[in-house]
Amino acid sequence: MSTTNIMIAGVGGQGSLLASRVLGALAINKGFDVKVSEVHGMSQRGGSVVTYVRYSEEKVASPVICRGEADFLLCFEQLEAARWIEYLKPDGVLVVNTQKMLPMPVITGAAEYPEGIIDDLKAKGVKVIALDALKLAAEAGSEKAVNIVLIGAFARFCEFSKEEVEACIRSCVPAKFLDINLKAFELGYNA
Amino acid sequence: MSDKILLLGNGAVARGLYEAGCKFVSSYPGTPSTEITEFAAQYDEIYAEWAPNEKVAFEAAVGASIAGARSFTAMKHVGLNVAADPLFTASYTGVNGGFVIGVADDPAMHSSQNEQDSRHYAIAAKLPMLEPSDSTECLEFTKAAFELSEKFDTPVILRLCTRVAHSQSITALSDRIELPLKEYVKNPQKYIMNPGNAVRRHPVVEQRTFDIAEFAKTSSLNRVEWGDKAIGIIASGASYLYAKEVFGDKASYLKLGIVNPINADMVKDFASKVEELYVIEELDPVIESFCKANGIACHGKDMLPICGEFSQELLKKMLLGEENAVNSYEGNVPVRPPVMCPGCPHRGLFYVLKKLKLTVLGDIGCYTLGGAAPLTALDTTICMGASVSGLHGFNKVRPDSSDKTVAVIGDSTFMHSGMTGLTDIAYNRSVSTVLVLDNHITGMTGHQQNPCTGLTLKNVPVEPIKIEDVCAAVGIKRVRVIDPNDIKETEAAIKEELKVEEPSVIIARRPCALLKKVNYGCKYTVDSDSCKSCRLCMGIGCPAISFKDGKASIDQTLCVGCGLCETMCNFGAIRKVQL
Ligand SMILES: Cc1ncc(C[n+]2csc(CCOP(=O)(O)OP(=O)(O)O)c2C)c(N)n1
Repeated sequence: MSTTNIMIAGVGGQGSLLASRVLGALAINKGFDVKVSEVHGMSQRGGSVVTYVRYSEEKVASPVICRGEADFLLCFEQLEAARWIEYLKPDGVLVVNTQKMLPMPVITGAAEYPEGIIDDLKAKGVKVIALDALKLAAEAGSEKAVNIVLIGAFARFCEFSKEEVEACIRSCVPAKFLDINLKAFELGYNA
Repeated sequence: MSDKILLLGNGAVARGLYEAGCKFVSSYPGTPSTEITEFAAQYDEIYAEWAPNEKVAFEAAVGASIAGARSFTAMKHVGLNVAADPLFTASYTGVNGGFVIGVADDPAMHSSQNEQDSRHYAIAAKLPMLEPSDSTECLEFTKAAFELSEKFDTPVILRLCTRVAHSQSITALSDRIELPLKEYVKNPQKYIMNPGNAVRRHPVVEQRTFDIAEFAKTSSLNRVEWGDKAIGIIASGASYLYAKEVFGDKASYLKLGIVNPINADMVKDFASKVEELYVIEELDPVIESFCKANGIACHGKDMLPICGEFSQELLKKMLLGEENAVNSYEGNVPVRPPVMCPGCPHRGLFYVLKKLKLTVLGDIGCYTLGGAAPLTALDTTICMGASVSGLHGFNKVRPDSSDKTVAVIGDSTFMHSGMTGLTDIAYNRSVSTVLVLDNHITGMTGHQQNPCTGLTLKNVPVEPIKIEDVCAAVGIKRVRVIDPNDIKETEAAIKEELKVEEPSVIIARRPCALLKKVNYGCKYTVDSDSCKSCRLCMGIGCPAISFKDGKASIDQTLCVGCGLCETMCNFGAIRKVQL
């Protein structure tokens, strides 16, 4: 088995670390070697944040994912999909939250938020799973559950069974938020 | 116990401290080293604290080592500059209980102001340096560092880089060995570094370096992995992982765990058995220079960059000329830089500084973001503390502009090294106005306690040190406290203090909006009928405010209710909504 690469791209504060924790636990439970890599610090302040999850039956060497290597790209925001799409393998799967979060240069009017990102990517032949994860998370009971909605959408296409992913969510999420997160997972899975 | 868990590199170092029986940890936060000390604090068996700066932390750990405990200090690369003075002399005194210094470099500067390579310090201070590649090694090397420290009577540096410190990999845990304090006996020849004693210690240090280099020849911290011998690779840390990813067993490796001192015979032996030798190291050509000085031919910076961090992609391209096929997006993708959070108390202050068109000598912290659009109210950022001392020098040679020039510094940074600069201002009488941005926390590095916050690292309540008392104690007569969210008061206070012909300090006090105790209990919305589209509210650069269909709009999921925008609006269009 070659290494499976999952890259998570979001905006600081969106909860991508929990998503990476769930994915890491999934791979460990299967007995794979795993590396999860993140950068803390400046990026927490509303900047663009990426996290890498890599697993394999053999030893995983590098902690990072490079351009053209990701089997899955999980994007918490549209613009981040455009920013990081080069990292997706030509036949990889992009799971993207259609939510838009305006970066400061757009807010100040120095730059424009591009229109039609998802259609453009589809037209280029990228395999895209797009969903309004913010709406689904709110429906589940908390807008903070965007991360688990996206994990739900990912669960449909990954090599793990739905039950395996769900079990990991149970083990990673604090008990008092479990119901909301299981609902978020279900909504993401069926989206 | 032999649990295997997914552990952050920094968490694994902390676990290594625990297992090695370390008793004392004193550090100052700095990305990417911070979590080592935060994790260490979770063990009841380890005394752990935040010191006001790295020099203090280092010296506290030296004291604990001399007293007989295994001790540790962690810092980011630039922190080692601050602690460099005790570093060089602790090398002469050696240790009693083992003493390990964790230092985290930041190639690519994910969150740093420079890209220095801390290996130079190990060479200059004549100290052994270990460099792990993953979490398993972070744990093992930490324990080995204590052994080495006590065996050779030396402080040992454990070097991490961002990708090792902030990556999680599977790590096996063991139990702690509980060690009694080593006996403390007076030993002036070893611990009093006056010229007479130091003259005798220096040759001991030179001999020690020689001995450790001999030890390195057979130590399991260094290892050779034989694969195809056409290519030989010398690497350590994350660079080794990238090389493994690209070359697998199509190359042979000399994987250095001890990056200083290096054993020349070991390298020569490896080099003689491979056809072509590559030194793959991030940042400066340290190992490469060693090879060349020893007459060992190798490739290094002739093919690989000094700037930035490596990856498998970079090695593939530079060494093999291969590139992956990629997906692409043709449109323009605006950058998404980090910004001050919604509700950040620094925002109001920077708005005023910009409005008054002041020259602002800046410092390091969340408020460095005041240099970004739309606030753009910062002139300099050098290192921690340099705002205050820099202002003094600036004003001494440009006294005419001292009524247009200020320094801004955070509470943690003020305690770190701002108060010494302020002493210079008071003692040598420059007409300087210093703004201390007291948000009750060390914000930028992710919320660490500091002497002003009233809590220790282990969450024990303590009497907070009052910044105004410190200012008064060094001789500043004019000290006042303002609320940076009150723009009128802030503007008036700054104007007034800039006018007076004596040193002054303005403490802008309001807690960080991310602190749990901060709850404004409301949000703000825009009444679009009243909005005149003047865009004044956009001037504060709040990420929650944007323009939609020609009118201001506030994102309800982002707004924390600080109310700064309400004071900007001249038409009463921004309204409070009680929760
Ligand atoms: C010598 C040194 N040590 C540590 C750091 C890491 N660092 C950057 S900013 C900062 C503290 C900022 O806290 P504070 O001054 O309270 O400002 P805030 O971020 O809360 O606004 C630290 C520790 C550094 N840049 N240099």
